[in-house]
Amino acid sequence: MADAQRVDRARILAWLQDYGVYIAVGALLLVNALITPNFFSVANIQTQAVQVAPVVIVALGMALVIGTEGVDLSVGSSMALAAAVLPLYLGYGAGVAIAVALAAGAGAGLVNGALVAFVGIQPILATLALLVGGRGLALVVADGQLKQIENPALLSLGAEDIAGIPILVAFALVLTLGVAFLVKKTTFGRHLVAVGDNRVASQLAGLPVGRVLVGVYVLSGLFAALAGVLASARLTASDPSSIGNLIELSAITSVVVGGTPLSGGSIRVVGTVMGALLMQLLRATLIKHDLPDSAGQMTQAVIIVLAVYLTRERAT
Amino acid sequence: MTDRSWLPLLRRYGSVVVLALVVVVASVAFDTFATFDNFRNIAIQSSFPAIVALGMTFVIISGGIDLSVGSVFALGGVVAAYGSRWGTVPALGLSLGIAGVFGLINGLLIARTRLAPFIVTLATLLAGRGLLLSITEEGSHTYLVPRDSFFTLLGQGSIFGIGFPVWLTLFLFAVAGIVLHHTGFGQCTFAVGGSEEAANLMGLPVVRTKIGVYLLSGLLAGLAGALNAARLSSGVTILGVGLELDAISAVVIGGTLLAGGSGHATGTLAGVLLLGVIQNSINQIGTLNSSYQAVISGLFLVVVITVQTALGERRTR
Repeated sequence: MADAQRVDRARILAWLQDYGVYIAVGALLLVNALITPNFFSVANIQTQAVQVAPVVIVALGMALVIGTEGVDLSVGSSMALAAAVLPLYLGYGAGVAIAVALAAGAGAGLVNGALVAFVGIQPILATLALLVGGRGLALVVADGQLKQIENPALLSLGAEDIAGIPILVAFALVLTLGVAFLVKKTTFGRHLVAVGDNRVASQLAGLPVGRVLVGVYVLSGLFAALAGVLASARLTASDPSSIGNLIELSAITSVVVGGTPLSGGSIRVVGTVMGALLMQLLRATLIKHDLPDSAGQMTQAVIIVLAVYLTRERAT
Repeated sequence: MTDRSWLPLLRRYGSVVVLALVVVVASVAFDTFATFDNFRNIAIQSSFPAIVALGMTFVIISGGIDLSVGSVFALGGVVAAYGSRWGTVPALGLSLGIAGVFGLINGLLIARTRLAPFIVTLATLLAGRGLLLSITEEGSHTYLVPRDSFFTLLGQGSIFGIGFPVWLTLFLFAVAGIVLHHTGFGQCTFAVGGSEEAANLMGLPVVRTKIGVYLLSGLLAGLAGALNAARLSSGVTILGVGLELDAISAVVIGGTLLAGGSGHATGTLAGVLLLGVIQNSINQIGTLNSSYQAVISGLFLVVVITVQTALGERRTR
């Protein structure tokens, strides 16, 4: 009897962990449908989606890192680095500038990955160094200045849409599918989850642990740089001093609320997107009803603790 | 074997040696560096992060991490400024009270439900900022400390020409050194950080120790915030963002291992001073903007942890 109850409880918790974030998003949408006028207007949906897209892109990279039992605190600085180098190369065309910006992010990821994989430094420390140094470097590169972006091709990335879907959002959608494919269907994805599950065992089984770890941090840096490029295009300016500030916290929150355990070995890609969406909807709902930002932050805190609590139950 | 005995010592006191080297180099390079006024400035500016980093040292030795200190620092400053209208005791009492509650919540959640410290304190970081915004009309209202009150003296007064916060910091570090190495609580902190399982099997009060370190970290962050408010005569709402990262950097540079179970307060003090001296030296150059400071701090952190990791590996082999 008691045993059956425990099984029931475990099953409910596991179910909540898997679908809790969907229920929360659904409930918020329902509440807004009832109490918020014009919430489901095309303009508002586009606004919300465009605002959440950079966080989703960064969070997808973060999910891969957390899947290996790591964490990447440097994503905001990688965004700043990408934004800082962007205007320097716009003279050669938007394509070259974007390529250099993405390379800067990948380079930052390479440093993180090498420190974690080959020097053996804990991820939180290795990426902390780049969080501190990266934004400084970005400001040095940009001479501490905000620069207007006037290149029409680059600006269109932030302003235009394809069949009603803003380009920024399209990027986030395509990357979500790409990452889901990477995790589920590729050897790299399998290795990644194995390394996160048990690094020592993966090493002994002959998996390329170092290469997987480096790859994951490079992807995270690359995604952050892409988010930096897109966010700059939307801002119509390169602003390395404020772009991506504290985005590491939003990204980690999205991943964790989406049901990916911090202990690695499991990645929920769609859950991560839902986690980002939940936080965005929460903020939007409060703003539309003139509730202060402070209430939003405190609600977020409660949601985070609740989400991790549910993930923990499954782990033990 | 014996020829390697200097390695653990270097890992332990490396930050003190590097600090001495940097001070010597800066004194030779800049005329205005090695003056009493400049040293006094570095000391007072470093005193607030030092108090926060001291609490972080305990938390990290216990194998945890406290990301909420920046929020608690800012919150402590604001409520201290708010309470200072009624006098010094309510000002300090309010800030230590709220900071203590935050520390206690961190400790209880981490010790009792065994949630990851990283996430729990991330949540309280957000909650602290939220609370701060809600009591300051979304950050638009700054509470001022009444002029000529005794409370301002805590931040602005000085003894023998050296600011009161500096004396208090030195006193706190001395006490912390004794607590860490000569009391049961200190020894339990090391034991829990070394191996929680072993500490549990030995019958040590693991839960109480963990709650204790987070409570201590919260209280120290609140105290630092209150002193800073006294120094600035107001509860500035935008302070403390990223302070947790400065504190963690200082602790790690000071030779405390992030894995837990090893560390000391002297190193943390040297780590904080090192970051302060580097910032001061960059200001001395004048032509370099402050962004370089972040670049150098980041590089420095990489070098220190790489060397530490290498030395640590050699020790265990």
